[in-house]
Amino acid sequence: MAFSSMALPKILSTTHYRFFSVSTVVAALQKLTRVRVVDNSSLGNTPYHRSPRVIHVYTKNGVGKVGDTVLLAIKGQKKKALIVGHKMPGPRMSPRFDSNNVVLIEENGNPTGTRIKAPIPTHLRKLEGDYSKLLAIAQRFV
Amino acid sequence: MAARTQRAGALIRLIRNVPFQNERMFSTFSVQLQAAGSSHEPPKFTPPAKPVIVDKSRPEEAVRRFVSPEFIPPRQRTNPLKFFLERKDMIQRRKVLNIPEFYVGSILSVTMSDPHAANNTNRFVGICIQRSGKGLGATFILRNIIDGQGVEICYELYNPRMKSIEVLKLEKRLDDNLMYLRDALPEYSTFAFDMKPVHLSPTQEVPVNELKVKMKPRPWSKRWERPKFNIQGIRFDLCLTPEQMEHAQKWAEPWRQYDMLKEYDTSSLEEKIYQEVQAELRK
Repeated sequence: MAFSSMALPKILSTTHYRFFSVSTVVAALQKLTRVRVVDNSSLGNTPYHRSPRVIHVYTKNGVGKVGDTVLLAIKGQKKKALIVGHKMPGPRMSPRFDSNNVVLIEENGNPTGTRIKAPIPTHLRKLEGDYSKLLAIAQRFV
Repeated sequence: MAARTQRAGALIRLIRNVPFQNERMFSTFSVQLQAAGSSHEPPKFTPPAKPVIVDKSRPEEAVRRFVSPEFIPPRQRTNPLKFFLERKDMIQRRKVLNIPEFYVGSILSVTMSDPHAANNTNRFVGICIQRSGKGLGATFILRNIIDGQGVEICYELYNPRMKSIEVLKLEKRLDDNLMYLRDALPEYSTFAFDMKPVHLSPTQEVPVNELKVKMKPRPWSKRWERPKFNIQGIRFDLCLTPEQMEHAQKWAEPWRQYDMLKEYDTSSLEEKIYQEVQAELRK
């Protein structure tokens, strides 16, 4: 917070600041959607000049919602991730997040990090069987 | 026991009648205490009734009248019977679930049943940023920032999963829709889950919080400065130049306010529905 308040006037003063939106429309995740990694894995948290992007969605229609698996291009590598929240409003009585959140997972479904920093929707618990290790490291459910 | 008290009473009467030299210093009250103490049973202390202070200088205020906006049917050609039947169902639900009065800008705490959550309930606290929908499908959106992550939940008022709705702070804001909080600084939509409810007397007027929010740098999700939104609660002077504000007026449609076909006066309808709902709820 302190950092952003410090950086804010600096950004505004420079001419490099973009006054047009570069974020994707508020829709579910699809190919080339930029995402936020919310676990504490080193791969997802070290800064890199190119933000992590979805390069494949493992669903039949190519649209990823909460609980779907995606393939990310992150730091020049390919990595699987689980969607744990998106900007697009889902069904009523379920949370909608301000960013597209993913958690990095290994090929066998185990999480790469050891902690999840952002709140996780409770209806992800339906996947208890496949992702029980991921749900066990979640800090907070909404 | 009765004889004893009678005797004590006679003694008091006797003492009262006997003229004492220092009458001013002596009061019958102390004698009464002695008389009661002599019976070996301490008198039971009964606190005096709490005085009820009634300010008669002020006129008696009536309790706030409030009709939930989802009771007002939309202006359309649909058969009014549909809305009548829906109203009946809504009242039936309200007899079981207490749906309090609240507005956009109020801080609510909602408990819903959730089969996936621990002990089957899920509580969320947030500011109401929008109320929409009419009839049984009415919804409201709560927004909060948890661990630095903005979260919004759209609740259906008459959903059977709803367990309780509690108003933590009843107030209004300058606007009827606070969707711009998504683009405002996070401190304006951060609320503690263990917030204490603030009491507001039912006769008091609902206060309007005239807070103006500071925004994140542009681009925003919508161009809030456009006259279409008519936003009062944003500090536009911090993020836009006067030229930009004037440029936004290019999209003003000042003739709209004279469009008589768009007029929808609900005051008489509101009164009728209020009477109907109150009569039904009393049944």
